[in-house]
Amino acid sequence: MSGVVAHDDVVVTAPVTVPYSRYSVRNAHWFCAQALAGLLQSSGLPKSEIDGLCVGSFTLAPDSAIGLTQHLGVTVRWLDYLPLGGACGVVALRRALRAVQSGDAEVVACIGADTNHVDSFRQTLESFSVFARDAVFPYGSGGPNASFAFLTAYYMRLYGATREDFGKICIAQRDNALAYPNALFKKPLSMREYLEGRVIADPIHLFDCVMPCAGAEGFLVMSRRRAENLGLPYARVRSTCERHNAFPEDPIQMRGGWVLDRDRLYGSAGIEPCDVDFVQTYDDYPVMSAMQIEDLGFCEKGAAPEFIRRHTFTTEGSFPINTCGGQLSVGQAGCAAGFLGLVESIRQLSGRNLARPVPNARFGLAVGYGMITYDRGLCSAAAILSRADA
Amino acid sequence: MTAPFTRPKRKNPVLRTRLPLPPPGARSRAALGLSAAAAMGKFKLQVCEACRCVQYPPREACGSCLSPRLRWREQDGFGELLADTQVHLSQEPYFRERAPWRIGMVRLDAGPTVIVHLHSACGPAPCRVRVGARLDKAGQGVLIGFPVDEVANMADDRQLREMTCDPKFRKVLITDGKTAVGQALARTIIAAGADLVWVGQAEPWKRSAGLEALSALPQVAIVPLDLTDSSSVVEAAGSIGGRVDILINNAEVHRTYGISARNGTDAARLEMDVNYFGLLRLAQGFGPAMRGRAADGAAGATAWVNLLSIYALSNFPPHGTFSASKAAALSLSQALRAEMRGSGIRVINVFPGPIDDEWNQPLPPPKLAAEALAKSVVSALKDGVEDVYPGDVAQEWLARWEENPKVLERELTA
Repeated sequence: MSGVVAHDDVVVTAPVTVPYSRYSVRNAHWFCAQALAGLLQSSGLPKSEIDGLCVGSFTLAPDSAIGLTQHLGVTVRWLDYLPLGGACGVVALRRALRAVQSGDAEVVACIGADTNHVDSFRQTLESFSVFARDAVFPYGSGGPNASFAFLTAYYMRLYGATREDFGKICIAQRDNALAYPNALFKKPLSMREYLEGRVIADPIHLFDCVMPCAGAEGFLVMSRRRAENLGLPYARVRSTCERHNAFPEDPIQMRGGWVLDRDRLYGSAGIEPCDVDFVQTYDDYPVMSAMQIEDLGFCEKGAAPEFIRRHTFTTEGSFPINTCGGQLSVGQAGCAAGFLGLVESIRQLSGRNLARPVPNARFGLAVGYGMITYDRGLCSAAAILSRADA
Repeated sequence: MTAPFTRPKRKNPVLRTRLPLPPPGARSRAALGLSAAAAMGKFKLQVCEACRCVQYPPREACGSCLSPRLRWREQDGFGELLADTQVHLSQEPYFRERAPWRIGMVRLDAGPTVIVHLHSACGPAPCRVRVGARLDKAGQGVLIGFPVDEVANMADDRQLREMTCDPKFRKVLITDGKTAVGQALARTIIAAGADLVWVGQAEPWKRSAGLEALSALPQVAIVPLDLTDSSSVVEAAGSIGGRVDILINNAEVHRTYGISARNGTDAARLEMDVNYFGLLRLAQGFGPAMRGRAADGAAGATAWVNLLSIYALSNFPPHGTFSASKAAALSLSQALRAEMRGSGIRVINVFPGPIDDEWNQPLPPPKLAAEALAKSVVSALKDGVEDVYPGDVAQEWLARWEENPKVLERELTA
């Protein structure tokens, strides 16, 4: 649409996951190194061919992306650091696309990586933002569970969602995860187990929560010609969007910035929501999946509970979401969580050999969301990818 | 209504006393304005001087018009409870020990959305609430959502009691029982539900009718305590220091001299010996044990009260040496507050104007009655405030001091 230059000739390839672990004694640099090594291995490129690097991480401190260049021994002419949590994957993709398109870089490695030591999560929470330190953490120190308890309770009251509705999403994602080798949770989940999960911060119970863990995700952004010359299967990027601090006047977050951007998102891609074959929602809590289903145009605001009751969400279902299990079943590896949906979308759309492919998938939507610096997630982002021939 | 706080069971002396753990206490400089207001019992938020926009969380510039001219202004706190939850799983040991912990999200009528500790008598959401500010066990200002209308036993809310120092079922030491103020303090705090009041007596050979009447009360025990004598303080601390939940240091020497009205340093030295060194001796004698018992059950050690004087803020020359000794005590109490803060023991400073006693006999009214002073101390304990300025004179001096301390100095020395 107006003002947005299409990026037809730039593609994403080489989806890489560094296997997750609940805790790790390694630091974030180790995970970044493993991710970069994986990108080189899967693309067959030598390190010297990587001339752009984009990193999302919370646990690199005191380093940022620049320290990483020396640590990993890469010489790049384009560098970006995006500690944007759940939005950093889509935002990294957007930055990298433009860098390649404009000729500032030819091959950009995008990596989201975080470690998780035994006390990392608490430390990240207590110093996550000035607002959180001053006005959230001293109130029960429940972390995101408490923040999303507010949003979930409000949403349930306003739109009549039930715990069973959210449970249905969690259970379907767990089913998807059973075939995904990197998922931390490999046991089927029943509705009874979901409902009886211990209460964390009502109405949030155990299986509504992601497990903080260590891990990394990455992909390469390069020109289509380059990918084809290298013989790399790729996915096309049809359209992307990002929005930060949307609707600051809303007293409590019941919608994200996608509402402002979805027309342009689908318009640039030349498709409608009904053309999307799967959605990787940003599922830090199931209520966010519900909001994304609404805000990205799959149903009206407030209609997600009814939508959930009408659909099935496994890879073979009527509305496949989080086809590798999502964070709820794979784990939330800090900023890698912002890459998880994108990396899985690239796999689904670039003909990788998957145990649970979405049948005949042509278009996929990966959603980014995050950064609760006070009472709401500030970032919302999304990307529509397609198969090479779509 | 709130379930009334009932007498805690006697502690099993074999069990370990839990160490006090503070809730998260780190704050940005901007946010300390909330703590400063809460310390005086006020709920203030930043308001933009340029566009009137009310800000929260505290910030460096107006979130609307970017003006840096933000001023802390008192709020009525009314708002709508949007959502509430009980945190069962907390990241912090302080809240883990006290789980579940109820919190709420409130849209203030004044504009911002705030996260609050939620009183048990509120809600469930949606409902109207009134937000107020208190100091928590870290000594930092926090917001609390209260029911709009007063309910029975409101102060007995389990979470609210973490922010206050209610004397109910607690044991109190009053360092000087010989004065009218000391006796009024004892009676008032017994009326507020204190279990036991030790009343200090520096010179047991001197008879005092008031003290004798007081000692007839079943809750009162007289203890020998002379703040000018280190061994007396050590002895008292050794005998009762491990049981004192609230210490009220009201002992003072007040002589009405400036500098040239009396030669030598004997009177000034005596004032310093009680008003300043007395506090230092007490702090060394009783401080460590109180710190160690700050999480000792639902009615454990909780507060330390210093009787200072409004003259501690700015010297009142006709009582020049007394003012100086109270200024010294104020300064020392700030150090004591810092040392106590990690434990959660609140240090309360009381800054009365002239008390209606012998030493203020030449001063014109209004003067503060002993009973009024005692009431203000008990209110401060119940409200959990840190600085109290009882009486009209103290309030007026405070207002002048806050406006311009240099002008107040000129006025007092005119």
